[in-house]
Amino acid sequence: MKKDCEEKKEVPLGGVIHKAGNAHDYVTGGWRKLRPVLDKDKCTNCLICWVMCPDSAVIAEDGKMVGFDLEHCKGCGICAMECPDKVKAITMEEEEA
Amino acid sequence: MATPLTDKKKQVVLTGNSAVAYAMKQIDPDVCAAYPITPSTAIMEEFSSYYADGKVSTELVTVESEHSAMSACVGAAAAGARVMTATSSQGLALMWEVLYIASGMRLPVVMAVVNRALSAPINIHCDHSDSMGARDSGWIQIYSETVQEAYDNLFQAVRIAEDHRVLTPAMVCLDGFITSHAIENLTLIEDGDVKDFVGEFEPKQSLLDTGHPITMGAMTLPEYYIDFKYEQSKAIRGAKEVVIEVGREFGERFGREYGLMECYRLDDADVAIVVLSSAAGTTKVAVDRLRDQGKKVGLLRPRLYRPFPHEEIASALMGVKAVCVLDRADSMSGFGGPLFTDVRSALYGRDSAPKVIGRIFGLGGRDYKVEDAEAVFDELYNVLETGEAGKLTGYITI
Repeated sequence: MKKDCEEKKEVPLGGVIHKAGNAHDYVTGGWRKLRPVLDKDKCTNCLICWVMCPDSAVIAEDGKMVGFDLEHCKGCGICAMECPDKVKAITMEEEEA
Repeated sequence: MATPLTDKKKQVVLTGNSAVAYAMKQIDPDVCAAYPITPSTAIMEEFSSYYADGKVSTELVTVESEHSAMSACVGAAAAGARVMTATSSQGLALMWEVLYIASGMRLPVVMAVVNRALSAPINIHCDHSDSMGARDSGWIQIYSETVQEAYDNLFQAVRIAEDHRVLTPAMVCLDGFITSHAIENLTLIEDGDVKDFVGEFEPKQSLLDTGHPITMGAMTLPEYYIDFKYEQSKAIRGAKEVVIEVGREFGERFGREYGLMECYRLDDADVAIVVLSSAAGTTKVAVDRLRDQGKKVGLLRPRLYRPFPHEEIASALMGVKAVCVLDRADSMSGFGGPLFTDVRSALYGRDSAPKVIGRIFGLGGRDYKVEDAEAVFDELYNVLETGEAGKLTGYITI
């Protein structure tokens, strides 16, 4: 059925978002081509990856690196790049199709 | 520096730039971003003097480019401020991407655009290539014929842009040098009356409203983008009614009423010229001369160009038999100039619509004389006699 333009969905003025923190509801993990994989034996818990991750997708608990939030990790590889050369505890692996 | 020579009728003599700067002083906006460019430089230069002398409470932001100027305007307007700036030509061109951001975010920035040609070749004189290129950017565009009108339009633009039904940025255009640097008589409005007319800006939403935190400028994907554009398009089209309301109220308060367009001796005209801004003044002299010879000629000068009042302009031209639309900008390889395309399109499909031709004139400040207007009327009479439009588009004043 043809939809009347006058009945279209209401959108907020100027594209503003009124609800704070709703980026969490937007699952961006589906964009990922490469997945970060952590080798816990090598990791020194320096948390440089946690600092550098642009999507807050590195999970740290009690000062320790525990893994990745794969619902939001876009697979940019910054964590693997920033992991110190002597450590290299993160590798990027192809996502399975 | 503008020192109004006040007489009993409050008549003063000012250049267009001084009048605009004086209007900005009277509006006293919260934030102004300033970057100089000929021929609009004197606006921000004189406004800076008002600022330095403590005559305004504005936050004056001197930036490193026009891209930054418009970006500063967007930021300040998003924070809930009343914001103004001025530019010309390459400066407007450098603002391009940010113009769309201001309009898409529905921020009512008001900008004086002193029309000047675009490079290359570099040229500092008047034509409308700069603002015509921005005609689809979602900004309201009002074109001023005289210094008085540029001054009056600035106050009205503030009211129109900030109206909660509109919330869309607005450009007030005036012709570079011809209007910006020429000294004309005008009547100023008292400071208090300006304050009453423009009122306080009440943003509908702002970043500094900490009680209602919002995110501005977020990404919108195919699920919503077209819906935002639909709402924006509806809002700017609705600005037409607000322009009429504000123009009428301005007339009631100050005795100078403004509408969507000016029709000069058009009622019983057989042939007519459609032209924007100062060239209309020259055309009026030609109209008067030819009327004295018994020729039924007239003029239509659109004042509001965006949103384009297509119905009103078409209706006003329906009694005319042949029309020439003069464009002070070429849409390079399009079908004639932008105003021609709009006017002709507005008339298309109407029974017994006039024949419409278009001519590009006056680029880069080339003089448009009374004789040039008379030659256009001659050409229109030729269209009437032969019944053929002949050459639809072309150049004059070359």
